[in-house]
Amino acid sequence: MNKFLFTVDRDPELVERYREDPRGTVHWWESERANQLLSCIEQEASTWLRFEDAEREALATHDYPALFGLGAHPFLTLTLFIAMFERDHAEPMGFQLEYAARLAHYSLPYADIST
Amino acid sequence: MAEIAAVIASTHHPFYYKASTAPPEEAPPFAAEWVRKIEAFRETLTRAEPDVLLMVGSDHFHQLWLDNMPQFLVGHAEQYDANWYNEEREFGLPRMHMRGDLDLSGHVLREGLDAGFDLAFSNELRIDHSVTCPIITLRPQNDLPIVPLYTNIFAPPLPRPQRFVQLGKAIREIVESWPSDKRVAIIGTGHLSLELGGPRQFGPTGPDPEFDRRAVEWISQGDLEGCLSEVTLDSLHAPGNATHGFMDFMLMMGVAGEGARADHVDTVDLFHTMEAYFTWYPNGAPA
Repeated sequence: MNKFLFTVDRDPELVERYREDPRGTVHWWESERANQLLSCIEQEASTWLRFEDAEREALATHDYPALFGLGAHPFLTLTLFIAMFERDHAEPMGFQLEYAARLAHYSLPYADIST
Repeated sequence: MAEIAAVIASTHHPFYYKASTAPPEEAPPFAAEWVRKIEAFRETLTRAEPDVLLMVGSDHFHQLWLDNMPQFLVGHAEQYDANWYNEEREFGLPRMHMRGDLDLSGHVLREGLDAGFDLAFSNELRIDHSVTCPIITLRPQNDLPIVPLYTNIFAPPLPRPQRFVQLGKAIREIVESWPSDKRVAIIGTGHLSLELGGPRQFGPTGPDPEFDRRAVEWISQGDLEGCLSEVTLDSLHAPGNATHGFMDFMLMMGVAGEGARADHVDTVDLFHTMEAYFTWYPNGAPA
């Protein structure tokens, strides 16, 4: 889940692709990219990485409150979702404040982000 | 031996560049006061006449990732490119480039390893806004070589606060033992209370103004004992989910030393964070 957020956030084309087609991007990423070791050639890919069902569904529906509850790293999620959706809000910080409001039902302790 | 010209600890707000370079009609209402305070802060470094900057910061998931995450890493390169696509995108930061100081990097690594810190290193490090923000605020001409030191305040499991303080104390001794006639400023950036990607983010103040008040007191008085008696990895969740960045301030308190009162202290309240600026002159304030 964090690897998806990380690898999409750093790639301008993937940011737009995920904004426009979240389910398709998540499906493609899980089959083509999830196992890629980032500092290695393709032949050295991992063999065992896949999403949990709840993670896949949260990513496929842009459900950032659910991602927070699942323990996705909040900085990664925030950064990527600002890149995708801040543009749709006229007011400065409009998206960021909506983001906080949609997480308002969470209280301490938050989900553990240890990996 | 090298002399420590100044020890500086600061927050690293990525929007300062945008706020300070926007045309007056587009600048936020707090920009003028913020710029005034930064310019006074900058003067504390300028007066120290440094030759080299040792910069303590933290990579925000740019080059360092969960497949290979160091707890403490020293840059060991002749040059550093800086700032990343998502920092241009979100903060409007420019791409930057800095010279390194290989000799000081090598000295920090060798002596740090011998002092019991298993420091990672990188010969090709692209640095991010935790280092470039203080360059922009404190040394905008970007004319001095740097040695970056990254800490993990971001991807748990993290080292404990005590370890940050120990490393800060060691860095002080290591720099003072560098066989060089250069003047070194040690500059580190972190956070006070901060929430990012959580329900308390972007409120009218920082998420925990009381923590911020106490933190400024600890830092400005050099009260390491008081700070360490209250701050733990668990306790830092309460003031905000990104408050573990305060451990970089604790590292800088270690550099400054137990009981070292800061020579310059300033703060500015922004809408979602308190910014804080501290300078120590371990060898006396420059004329």
